[in-house]
Amino acid sequence: MTNAPNSAHIRLANEIAVQFRHRDPATAAEEIAVHIRTFWDPRMRARLIADAEAGNGELDPLIVSVASLLPPPVVR
Amino acid sequence: MSLIKEPDYGTPARPGEAAVAVEIDGKEVLVPEGTSVMRAAAEAGVDIPKLCATDSLEPFGSCRLCLVDIDGRKGTPASCTTPVAPGMKVRTQTPKLAELRRGVMELYISDHPLDCLTCPANGDCELQDMAGVVGLREVRYGFDGENHLDEPTDSSNPYFDFDASKCISCSRCVRACDEVQGTFALTIEGRGFASKVAAGAGGSFMDSDCVSCGACVQACPTSTLQERSVVELGMPNRSVITTCAYCGVGCSFKAEMRGDEVVRMVPYKDGGANEGHSCVKGRFAFGYASHPDRRLKPMVRERITDPWREVEWEEAIGHVARRMLDIQAQHGADSIGGITSSRCTNEEVYAVQKMVRAAFGNNNVDTCARVCHSPTGYGLKQTYGTSAGTQDFKSVSKADVILVIGANPTDGHPVFASRMKRRLRQGAELIVADPRRIDLVRSPHIEAAHHLALAPGTNVALVNAFAHVVVTEGLVDREFVEERCEDFETWERFIARPEHSPEAVADITGVPADELRAAARLYASAPNAAIYYGLGVTEHSQGSTMVMGMANLAMATGNIGREGVGVNPLRGQNNVQGSCDMGSFPHELPGYGHVSDDAVRTVFETLWGRTLQSEPGLRIPNMFDSAIDGSFRALFVHGEDIAQSDPNTHHVSAALSALELVVVQDLFLNETSKFAHVFLPGTSFLEKDGTFTNAERRINRVRPVMAPKTGKHEWQIVCEIAQAMGYPMKYDNAAQIMDEVAITTPTFAGVSFDKLDRVGSVQWPCNDAAPEGTPIMHMDGFVRGKGRFVDTVYVPTEERSTRKYPLILTTGRILSQYNVGAQTRRTGNVAWHTEDVLELHPHDAEVRGIRDGDTVALASRVGETSLRARIDDRMPVGVVYTTFHHPITGANVVTTENSDWATNCPEYKVTAVQVALKQAASAPSAPVPVPAVVE
Repeated sequence: MTNAPNSAHIRLANEIAVQFRHRDPATAAEEIAVHIRTFWDPRMRARLIADAEAGNGELDPLIVSVASLLPPPVVR
Repeated sequence: MSLIKEPDYGTPARPGEAAVAVEIDGKEVLVPEGTSVMRAAAEAGVDIPKLCATDSLEPFGSCRLCLVDIDGRKGTPASCTTPVAPGMKVRTQTPKLAELRRGVMELYISDHPLDCLTCPANGDCELQDMAGVVGLREVRYGFDGENHLDEPTDSSNPYFDFDASKCISCSRCVRACDEVQGTFALTIEGRGFASKVAAGAGGSFMDSDCVSCGACVQACPTSTLQERSVVELGMPNRSVITTCAYCGVGCSFKAEMRGDEVVRMVPYKDGGANEGHSCVKGRFAFGYASHPDRRLKPMVRERITDPWREVEWEEAIGHVARRMLDIQAQHGADSIGGITSSRCTNEEVYAVQKMVRAAFGNNNVDTCARVCHSPTGYGLKQTYGTSAGTQDFKSVSKADVILVIGANPTDGHPVFASRMKRRLRQGAELIVADPRRIDLVRSPHIEAAHHLALAPGTNVALVNAFAHVVVTEGLVDREFVEERCEDFETWERFIARPEHSPEAVADITGVPADELRAAARLYASAPNAAIYYGLGVTEHSQGSTMVMGMANLAMATGNIGREGVGVNPLRGQNNVQGSCDMGSFPHELPGYGHVSDDAVRTVFETLWGRTLQSEPGLRIPNMFDSAIDGSFRALFVHGEDIAQSDPNTHHVSAALSALELVVVQDLFLNETSKFAHVFLPGTSFLEKDGTFTNAERRINRVRPVMAPKTGKHEWQIVCEIAQAMGYPMKYDNAAQIMDEVAITTPTFAGVSFDKLDRVGSVQWPCNDAAPEGTPIMHMDGFVRGKGRFVDTVYVPTEERSTRKYPLILTTGRILSQYNVGAQTRRTGNVAWHTEDVLELHPHDAEVRGIRDGDTVALASRVGETSLRARIDDRMPVGVVYTTFHHPITGANVVTTENSDWATNCPEYKVTAVQVALKQAASAPSAPVPVPAVVE
């Protein structure tokens, strides 16, 4: 557990993953992607996608698969 | 407007059809069975003299002033205690009755001070009125005999006096305390001539169990129980009906005025939420509105270390607009945002979110509901399709079993608690799920059938076990589920799994399996079972999951869509529901349409003339994180003290310190304003013109009783900032804002100030389909069509007790204080709660060498504070509790960044802590914590 703000999105994403882990991975990934698209600010989404693409080991594997389902947001 | 006096029918209305015909003084009237002759007479326009009767109380029959003559009946029965009968013929005025009544009054007056002209109740005294009504002209007994005229006055209460010399022993105060409030703090002591009202065991009011709700004061027909403000200021001469600015019950009050001065707040009998009842906050704690600490002029400073400089509105507004635009030019459109307040009106909230979306050009708007009931919005929308409670408050009177989870209504929502207690005294069963033994578990004439003292953080395991019992013991309402719901079979398989059984979760929750099974059977077997919950549900890492778990449970048992059932959030602040309805969340526009929905956005874009962002904005915790990482630079904080109320104070302080511009709009300088560059003075509820929406979706008018002390309404200031930023935003009055809400928000389509002034209040949805509003939702179908069952996996919080932090801290509130205390700390309510204290179990105290009253250090992994200990076996071993009403304590210094997975609602209810003795109370140099004084 960490207080570092730059990992807040990772922490939250991983917590979401735990809530959906009982579903089959494909369904879980889809539902999490919908959740993140619905509720997350684009800059958090962008960071998550970047972390997933960079292979950030802190990310839950389920979230890595979610990241590929997220459209890249336009950060203004 | 003159002083409003609601008619008093003498005894309560009875339910049912008006089918019993009676004749009173030659006038025929139809009333329901069980109606008293007194009430029937009043409905026929015939007033019968009375003293011990009032229509908020059951008839008592003690004063003998309401005697009547009934054909075929012997004697002269009391009309208050005599029910009507078909064909009954009643005479209320005969020479014999007149003589009897004069005789009664003569006896009363013979033992009553004759100081009417100097009495504070002069002109508002039923005894005085009745003396006139019965034509009392002399007192033959004289005034020299034994009497009560030297009885002392009890002035121990900060708000009212009890002058025993004026008491006529009618018992109205005692009965009000029993029947209306349900506290049973008063009694009649002694017999015959020695009878007198006593508080508790005969001590002072302050030493008794009295909760200062004011019901006794309101019921008193004389000046025996009298508001001190009336004694000091005189009788009011005009009334304005408005809405309380405290909790989510949203009580209606008559602000009774002399000129521009509020003399007293009197609960309004026609108020849909409270029906004439009140609590100590709404009734008496309004003095903060005229407290000298209030700031009435805008203030600006370049750096937060600079002194404040008072400026004119024009300069302040121009400064805010210029700085906001500069920051956007330098750091991008998304680098600024705002926070709306649940203490402000719908119209003010709507204006702020519009300013953010249309003038700031982003969706970085969030509200304090983020830190309280955002999981309610998420959970109920996922399952039922709308982000609101299902019932009106009245519904509780039809409940057979009441399940209270994570709520402490007698402290947090006292007027609703009185309704609930009345139903419990009538025989409804009660289940309380709470780590603490809250007052509701056992209080006069109430005892919970089950107190499930679960471990903090295990709500979902508990509700899953409830549902497991329902599913595996054949308690599902199959007909309801098949007709009204979807995804049931999947959920049924999930919840029937052995890991959800009461036996399997007993070690997790700490609740014995047998007791949990019995509680679940009680809930599921009731004809009507209702769930009421509070922040003990939502402020957890699985707050949203728990809301969905309760929604599942109610659907599975068919407890949705009629009176007496439902899933009911008890909202914390007065306008939490409204602030959410008005589009305060960063992902939703007013009416809960998602920002990505083109059709929804088009409605607003067309009306507002701006292209709106289709991506969600930042939530409050994201704003803090983004402030620290530099992508968020300016924040408009409307009526919230985030530096005191939000968790992990160090993190919040770091975020606020990192911002280039913090604008605070509030009544008082507060903890957040220490980080502010601009302070915009706000208006109290007595100056506001608008609406609040309470926890039952009731939209109530907030009417100004005086002009804004600051010279401007808050929505005007917001509009002027938007205009100064280049966005034309103008309204002539608050009613125009509500008219715009009605155009843009389908559930508010039928709402207008005119309608509210005409009908009193409406509960949304209020539209063509329901022009007078919707007291109970989901009656014929769920808002989303079918109610949706959602699997609710229990995931333990990451916050665990450890060797270093072996206790779990949970936080809450207390009756006399409200939220961060900015209002109530500036009233006489400090008489009850001068400081936040730490409650802990005797065992936990003993092993740490802590005694009651000692100052202790409270430490978590993120911070430390100190406060005084209160040892109380209402706490379970291993759990400690405190409130966050005083900034000097700073309870949120120790709460963490943990939050609900779906909404980021902070996990205030679970923090691993250690408690250590800091200073014994008996030590000569023991520090004395003092109530916080905001500079």
